[in-house]
Amino acid sequence: MKAMKKILTRSMLGTAAVAALMGGLVQGAWAQETLKVGVLASLEGPFAAPGQDSMRGADLALKHHNGMAGGKKIEFVKVSSDATPDKAVNSTRKAVEQDKVQIMIGPLSGDEGIAVKNYAKTQPNITFINGSSGAQAATLLDPAPNFFRFNTEGAQWMVGLGEHALAKGYKRTFLIAEDYGFPYSQVQGFMASYCAKGGKVIDKAWVPLGTKDYASVIAKIPKDIDALVVVLGGSDAVNFLTQYEQAGGNKPMVGGSITVDQTVLNFKGKRRESLLGTASAGPMADSIDTPEWKKFVADYKASFKDGFPSPSLFAYLYYINTKAALDALDVVKGDLSGGQKAYRDALQKTKFMGPAGEVRIDDNRNGVGTTYITEVTKAADGSFYNKVVKTVPNISQTLGLSDAEFKKMGLGSRDVPDCRK
Amino acid sequence: MSAAKWRRAMNSSNAAALAPSRASAHALPSTLRSTVNDSAADTATRHWMSSAWNALSLRHLAVIAVIAIALLYPVLATPFFTFQIGAQSLALGLIALSLTFLGGYGGMVSLAQMTVAGLAGYLFAIFGSSSMPAISLGWPWWLALVFALTLATAFAAAVGWLSVRTEGIYTIMITLAIGVAFFYLAQQNYTLFNGFQGFSKVTAPSVAGIDFREPLPFYYLVLVCASGGYFFVKHLVRAPFGAALQGIRDNPRRMQALGYNVTAHRVGGYAVAGLLAAVGGVLMVWYNGRISPGTVGTGAMINILIIAVLGGMKHPIGAFVGAIVFVLLQNFAIDLVDRERFNLVIGGVFLAIVLFSPDGLLGLWAKLRSRFGPGTPTFKTKRRLQ
Repeated sequence: MKAMKKILTRSMLGTAAVAALMGGLVQGAWAQETLKVGVLASLEGPFAAPGQDSMRGADLALKHHNGMAGGKKIEFVKVSSDATPDKAVNSTRKAVEQDKVQIMIGPLSGDEGIAVKNYAKTQPNITFINGSSGAQAATLLDPAPNFFRFNTEGAQWMVGLGEHALAKGYKRTFLIAEDYGFPYSQVQGFMASYCAKGGKVIDKAWVPLGTKDYASVIAKIPKDIDALVVVLGGSDAVNFLTQYEQAGGNKPMVGGSITVDQTVLNFKGKRRESLLGTASAGPMADSIDTPEWKKFVADYKASFKDGFPSPSLFAYLYYINTKAALDALDVVKGDLSGGQKAYRDALQKTKFMGPAGEVRIDDNRNGVGTTYITEVTKAADGSFYNKVVKTVPNISQTLGLSDAEFKKMGLGSRDVPDCRK
Repeated sequence: MSAAKWRRAMNSSNAAALAPSRASAHALPSTLRSTVNDSAADTATRHWMSSAWNALSLRHLAVIAVIAIALLYPVLATPFFTFQIGAQSLALGLIALSLTFLGGYGGMVSLAQMTVAGLAGYLFAIFGSSSMPAISLGWPWWLALVFALTLATAFAAAVGWLSVRTEGIYTIMITLAIGVAFFYLAQQNYTLFNGFQGFSKVTAPSVAGIDFREPLPFYYLVLVCASGGYFFVKHLVRAPFGAALQGIRDNPRRMQALGYNVTAHRVGGYAVAGLLAAVGGVLMVWYNGRISPGTVGTGAMINILIIAVLGGMKHPIGAFVGAIVFVLLQNFAIDLVDRERFNLVIGGVFLAIVLFSPDGLLGLWAKLRSRFGPGTPTFKTKRRLQ
């Protein structure tokens, strides 16, 4: 009996060893067909939560491809930054030079994008695809031939909002925005058409990121304006709104792409009702009424039990960029030889119907896409949401202006554009 | 005179130096204690003399090995390891070295060392050339370098002058305040520091046909600066100035009574540390190719303290050991666990090291050696003597 048991054990061990060996061999064969793709997002620091959602967007795109592209198994090498450009470049360098990824997706925020674009120039054999960063300069100034961005950027997201504000009768506005690159772009996107059509932004208040006390800004707001243009994000927007209400302010608002989010919509102050009708714009909206968007939201919810109630902007942007990267791999059948030239040509020609409109790129390898103009509306259950009131398709990086006109205006900054008088 | 001698002298007196009672160093007890310490140091010295030979050969072997590894490292490593791990560790280590010098030998823990380094980097970008021609003056790199280092050292001396009148935790507080103030100044000032975006395209120069932007030349440049800083500190702590500084660390009242100008020595200590940090700061800017407020933020300031404590503050080499471990963790912790939890590994390792060895990795090494190593006799006898 004992001997039997021994033999049995031995034979089982032997079988296991052979199986393990076979498995190893099979895996070895498979490894040949694995393609490494790096994904960089901010999993630490101030953008940790959006960074996590970015990864969900990338994962969802890979899931829609069944984990394969161009006949190869895709392996994501995920790296993290803390939203500083230094860390973004360090992490990208690690993925490219140490983990040997051939395609790199990321980063999340604007200045990181510029830094990664500069790094891309030192690695001509690797293709870099943006994650969700939206700095104008990444593709407009001194672009890298191997850096692609399928999403539109901060200025493009605001195109059409200027006309919409004028249509609502806001002829004179006062602007309050955070003092860094992304709001500069947003403000330019708004003002380019707003100023051209006769609107006046009589003064701008640039406040540092994370400002708590808006008393001095509120004191400066003149009486004879029609509306406020508020390009603040997250807690800054809520702080401003609360203090503006306490100071007795009653002007309507126009918001930036990340201003009127859930924290603002859940605002409980007395002015809550006056939020109704606040217009803002962005590359997507929760309430888009197309089958593509609804499928995207349903897939997101089904795939990520721990995710947000609805995919965030970041998940959406990483999704379309990752999808573009994988689609182009399918086109070239996973062939990345010859310095990835064929792959880049395929990327350049990539064009598909994304969850929120068509996705394609221009000659600077920057996205041309749709902007959604929304207004805060009351739902049947009394909660507030952003209702899509207008879609503006085919927005280029020159904001609908000709190249010469756009060049004359220059990139958005504190003083550009300007229409006080 | 040798480093070993001083280290032993320090080891025996450091406990006294770091004790909070130093703040209220009222005459008698502390004087007594330091007399005891002095005699302990003396015994240690005499002992060291006798066992000099067998210790020397071993030490030299280790030193030669370290130098060989440092020199041959880029030949063996990939460009990634040369640049991102090697060069970055050494540059960070140089900044941490300034804190080790200030804290270990001067008894002043300053959190503003990264601020000094960052200021040097900013000044180099402002005087030299960058992506912001409207602000950068475009001076030749060597002139910009001289001005950046000089002004940053002067700034460090000013920080020292402001904080030397405080002790212990108050020094930490005041230097933290200076660091945070500088961070917000850099973030909100647009005429000089270009606000949130800072400067990019701040590159290392090409000298005599050698492009220091390339991983290999840059590694050797950083290696030369780091070892220069290391040997400078090792030399300085044996020189009269360094000895006086350590005396002040252990008993300022006594040194004052002996006729030393305590404040001047401490400010001098800050200036020296400032120069080291400034060199490290310029190297960091060359490494990153850019500088923005995030480089001098609270996280970065505390990282320098972590590196110094991690390595151990009793010997200058600790700063570099700490930096290597820190950079390795930062780069590879993400491969060990879940992508979203990797900071847990970094924190866990730091906690473990500090918990099991308050003297950092150097302390851990000494402990292991005293237990298992071949150098046991020296250590054991030394313990018995004390």
